[in-house]
Amino acid sequence: MDKNQIKAFIAKRVAKELKDGDVVNLGIGLPTMVANYVSHDIDVIFQSENGFVGLGPAPEEGKEDKDLTNAGGQPVTIKPGGAFFDSATSFAIIRGGHVDATVLGALQVDEKGNLANWMIPGKMVPGMGGAMDLVTGAKKVIIAMTHTAKGKPKILKKCTLPLTAAGQVNLIVTEMGVIEVTDKGLVLKEINPEFTVEDVKAATEADLIIPEDLKKMEV
Amino acid sequence: MNKIVSMEEAISHIKDGMTIMVGGFLGCGTPNKIIDALVEKGVKDLTLICNDTAFPEIGVGKMVVNKQFKKIIASHVGTNPETGRQMNEGETEVELVPQGTLAEQIRAAGAGLGGILTPTGVGTVVEEGKRKLEIDGKEYLLELPLKADIAIIAGKKVDKKGNIYYSKSARNFNPIMAMAADIVIVEAEEIVEVGEIDPNDVMTLGIFVDYIVGGEE
Repeated sequence: MDKNQIKAFIAKRVAKELKDGDVVNLGIGLPTMVANYVSHDIDVIFQSENGFVGLGPAPEEGKEDKDLTNAGGQPVTIKPGGAFFDSATSFAIIRGGHVDATVLGALQVDEKGNLANWMIPGKMVPGMGGAMDLVTGAKKVIIAMTHTAKGKPKILKKCTLPLTAAGQVNLIVTEMGVIEVTDKGLVLKEINPEFTVEDVKAATEADLIIPEDLKKMEV
Repeated sequence: MNKIVSMEEAISHIKDGMTIMVGGFLGCGTPNKIIDALVEKGVKDLTLICNDTAFPEIGVGKMVVNKQFKKIIASHVGTNPETGRQMNEGETEVELVPQGTLAEQIRAAGAGLGGILTPTGVGTVVEEGKRKLEIDGKEYLLELPLKADIAIIAGKKVDKKGNIYYSKSARNFNPIMAMAADIVIVEAEEIVEVGEIDPNDVMTLGIFVDYIVGGEE
């Protein structure tokens, strides 16, 4: 798989985690692609933290509205049944437990469910935006990312970069498999048949628990 | 009481060294004409409270490029490389705040609260120097109110009493900032007669607004 195929594969698998009626916030980049793969049989309501629910796709060219953008500042649309609100309400939705799932990328994630995805000291300090609130407040935190960065593991025993939140990650979906964060550690629930368990272990710094009912990762 | 003033008069209230809040989210829902006037006037040493610093050519980002801030309090500055440069070279102090915390700090100031307790930032660098309280077994950070001398905000329709109707996602931080500053200046896309905005549709009360500019569109 090339880079784009890997991203699409991960996004497709994450989409299967979403349920009918869920309120979901997607991060920028790969997580945004998840919206493209949600089954048409279910109604998933996407929240945009700059101030609305019912986030729809990009408008046709020429139909952009300067007053309707997503949290990345890009023109978008709103679906019927959607609603606008101010920033305090937006984060009441997020922190108040009204978001069923958030899907975010990561620089590092560790076996305690700690997440680092907002800064690299001395290199990249863009600010956390809404990420800390989302990871703290969403009922389920799903990390969608490539398994390694330039060949180096991103799933670690302990994050070394500044944290976005401590102990909040529930599920990690990569091109190699699906990993659940549990009290006992990281459990490899599903594996992409293109890889062996040894491949996954070699690309993961944290210890992985391999259950007897390890399933095939299907999208 | 006439609230409609010229741009010159409106921005005469904004003086060097003041703390200003600027509505908008990556430039959407930002008072662009007031910003252009402030860039031209060159008011300096301001402290900015804004969700982000937009882009170098857009919104409040232009004031960053023009070096008008001594301090910036924002949740995200990654879309404006000039903010990052000034931060790294020590020219401008940048305080990064989680977006939901920023919204609640502003809301708290406008609502007369002494602070808010949020779980966001617990276990991260955000908790440094802050009081932590445990309530029913869960940890929270005490975040203090954020108030400004001036708030500059943007509305779609503003009546002559200052009642504001916002359009779509251009609402964002504008309504809470309208309650958290000593002087509130709104830039209207359209100024309408009193009564033209149904009281049910008023999103920011005219009682919070001191001055109205714009309305040519």
